[in-house]
Amino acid sequence: MNAPVGIDPHADAWNRPLDSFDMSDPRYYQDDTWQPYFERLRREAPVHHTADSAYGPYWSISRYKDVMHCEVNHAVFSNEIGGIQVEDQPKDMQRPSFIRMDPPKHDEQRKVVSPIVAPANLNNMEPLIRERTRRVLDELPRGEVFDWVEHVSVNLTTMMLATLFDFPFEERRKLTYWSDVAIANVNAPDAPVRSEHERFDELKNMAEYMSRLYEERRNQPPKFDLLSMLAHGESTREMPLREFMGNLALLIVGGNDTTRNTMTGGLLALNEFPDEYRKLLTDHGLIESAISEIIRYVTPVIHMRRTTTRETEVAGVRIPAGAKVVMWYVSGNRDEEAIEDPNRLVIDRRRPRQHLSFGFGIHRCVGNRLAELQLRILWEEILERFPMIEVVGPARRTYSNFIHGFRSMPVRIPA
Amino acid sequence: MPRVTYIEHNGAPHTVEVPLGLSVMRGAVDNNVPGIDADCGGECACATCHVYVEEEWLPKTGLPQPGSQEASMLSFAAVAQPNSRLSCQISVTDALDGLVVRMPEGQH
Repeated sequence: MNAPVGIDPHADAWNRPLDSFDMSDPRYYQDDTWQPYFERLRREAPVHHTADSAYGPYWSISRYKDVMHCEVNHAVFSNEIGGIQVEDQPKDMQRPSFIRMDPPKHDEQRKVVSPIVAPANLNNMEPLIRERTRRVLDELPRGEVFDWVEHVSVNLTTMMLATLFDFPFEERRKLTYWSDVAIANVNAPDAPVRSEHERFDELKNMAEYMSRLYEERRNQPPKFDLLSMLAHGESTREMPLREFMGNLALLIVGGNDTTRNTMTGGLLALNEFPDEYRKLLTDHGLIESAISEIIRYVTPVIHMRRTTTRETEVAGVRIPAGAKVVMWYVSGNRDEEAIEDPNRLVIDRRRPRQHLSFGFGIHRCVGNRLAELQLRILWEEILERFPMIEVVGPARRTYSNFIHGFRSMPVRIPA
Repeated sequence: MPRVTYIEHNGAPHTVEVPLGLSVMRGAVDNNVPGIDADCGGECACATCHVYVEEEWLPKTGLPQPGSQEASMLSFAAVAQPNSRLSCQISVTDALDGLVVRMPEGQH
């Protein structure tokens, strides 16, 4: 099934037979037409089976509470058996990483890197993030159109990545490139790689480059960057090549893409809801709750996938062992049973932190506080210097069913 | 109604009455006590209602069962200590009247 251009998504979503639903088609997210389809699934088939798709058969979980159920039952819903995306990694090109592991190995490796985002270290990083954010914003043109993705979102998150890895600063665009390679849908017209083989080869190049830095760090006393932590960590210092590739890609994508797209999606959302933008402009005390609400509204990760270790039941529906189960975060975050008026951005809503964007349970986003810190500083500094920044043309979205992203977004800061 | 005292990381105390059967997390959230986020709403799935139980209360609150979801979530908390609990997993009883818990540096 597909989402042809030129049809009304509302009419199509409510008229098409339920058994033809396939929300793994990346065009729903590129075209931003997914909402009515999930609204119907939540109402009529919250645990839904797609018998055939480009990625084989799979189950869709679309309600907030059912996603939460799968998240906390990691003994039944495994990350290790089939990975975390509806699309399988090809059998001969698998790249394990701790997000694709179950306990106990997951726990051991996660604990190696998690201190980098501990509260004390975030406090240490704050002045550097703020200084860079100020510099980037001060250099933006006034009264002319420019691409927010390139000049702000990519620029800031790339510098952050370079710091986290203590990566040669002048070569930092390599990190953004590898991040794009790691998550690209190889069928997208603007994909940096065109096949799984190309992807594997590029990530191998990444691993080779990184292994030089890794060796250096291994021979130095432990430092507070991700490569040094991996090189000295008991459960990570002897990783096979593919696991090294997998964990690097995980940390690069996790530390970059999600925040990058939330920096873009947040400005777009505030333009879609100008009353909320005005509220924020007049009351900077709302920044913190606005950040959580933006993270919910944008939902930078579209889905996470699990595989059942045994026969189970979700909301009364029987799911067999070995089944592919897709938890649609985009849908759970718009579930009217869990969130009041979910399709509106409301920057001062009650309990703004209750959203699915970071996931829950043992695989909950390890860097969620760093992401919030970067976004808070960005908006504090924006509100400090600019009136309303206008989005002046359509944002171009990413062709992906996994990363809810933006390729470009034209904006103008009033002169 | 049992009284629970929450002490912020900066030392500021907040004493509130918590209805029997509610969780220590709910007592903080419902009374706007700062320092407890409770992102998951009490599902033991996020470790953002992390507290340190004062030593003298530990026999009454107990510690997480080894291998439990609470122990597992706490093992990922940045600043866990031997007296760490997730406050959504402590149910308020008469025996806990006077309970004192302290907040960590950050909820993570």
